[in-house]
Amino acid sequence: MNNDITREGLWRNNVALVQLLGLCPLLAVTSTAINGIGLGLATLITLVLSNTLVSLIRDFVRNEVRLPVFVLIIASVVTMIELLMRAFFYDLYLVLGIFIPLIVTNCAIIGRAEGFASKHGVGASALDGFMMGLGFLMVLALLGAMREIIGFGTLFAHAELMFGESAKALTIVFNDDYPGFLLAILPPGAFFGLAALIVGKNLIDARPKKKALAIHTLADTA
Amino acid sequence: MAMSSRQILISGLFLGIFAVIGTAFVAVTEDSTREKIAENERRVLLRNLHALLPPEKLDNDIANDTQAIPASVLLGTESESLVYRARFLGEPVAVIFNTIAPSGYSGRIHLLVGIYFDGSLAGVRAVKHAETPGLGDAIELQKSDWMRGFDSRSLNHPQSGQWKVKRDGGVFDQFTGATVTPRAVVEAVKNTLLYYQKNAKTLYD
Repeated sequence: MNNDITREGLWRNNVALVQLLGLCPLLAVTSTAINGIGLGLATLITLVLSNTLVSLIRDFVRNEVRLPVFVLIIASVVTMIELLMRAFFYDLYLVLGIFIPLIVTNCAIIGRAEGFASKHGVGASALDGFMMGLGFLMVLALLGAMREIIGFGTLFAHAELMFGESAKALTIVFNDDYPGFLLAILPPGAFFGLAALIVGKNLIDARPKKKALAIHTLADTA
Repeated sequence: MAMSSRQILISGLFLGIFAVIGTAFVAVTEDSTREKIAENERRVLLRNLHALLPPEKLDNDIANDTQAIPASVLLGTESESLVYRARFLGEPVAVIFNTIAPSGYSGRIHLLVGIYFDGSLAGVRAVKHAETPGLGDAIELQKSDWMRGFDSRSLNHPQSGQWKVKRDGGVFDQFTGATVTPRAVVEAVKNTLLYYQKNAKTLYD
């Protein structure tokens, strides 16, 4: 079961590439890898906490008010995370801006609460939250990296926002004279980038099926 | 299936209890992070202020040496704002205004405008804006030196009629493909200088 949860969260039912949820923050903050990773981590923590809490109260919550209660839990968790970011990661908070409180509106979170955590035990729910969050984080990081490399010619620029002053060394500048490719940084670039990732995933998924089909056809003609 | 009013009441109470618990958690977190957050906001404010006035020019606690000034069309503000005063050995050195350029391409541009006692500009910095990346965002110092073009300027330099972008007959460069942004900023800076001219006498009180 845990194996399934992991596979579902990371690949088969990936929040961003399959469920296509949480696209607003996905497209808006992935202009650099660090921004994507920052928001991805905040979303991951939210998912783990909200799934855990929803699962804990699933036997006590009255059916008629369960959705408002879930939203309440998610909103409280996100507000606490925002306060903690303002206290300990202030510069990153300034960069991510309104997208931190907007995590509340990420349909993936209420989706997992209602679709999984309300029906499964705490351990499984926590793992589901973690894997869904990790799957989302991976896409955010990958898309952010792609857009940053093509758009700015750097990777992990402003790493110090998340990892402290010493992380400035992590920044890779591929070409000092890179003129920049504006389209990658603007919203259309985000859409194109996400589309490329979805196409990539679908191509990877199709390969074993094509092989199986080929073997089938060979077997039929035998 | 109809619910009895008793059931509805219980559900409502239930939701209310969750609301109280949730709020309590948020309140506790807010309380324990309040000081750290205030410290962070101060740090960023000082960083912005010092970008305009190098620390060796002043010796007072500029972040707290403030005067509340009422809303003003010249400053683009719709409510009270703070002006920061810099002093050295008790003598006035410069003031820094929170100015808003209302007509940026994507809305308001928040600026810090520093003006020396003699009316010349210490500098201008954009602290918050939503201008287009690659076009209007040249008002950010990381992207271009354009903002430094305001250093040392005043209402006599250039003359009032020339406080515009080149396209409108003034002396300030506009960015290729983005005229609205520099136009808004130039106007806001000029208006701030005008405000200073009118109010210089009381600003250091």
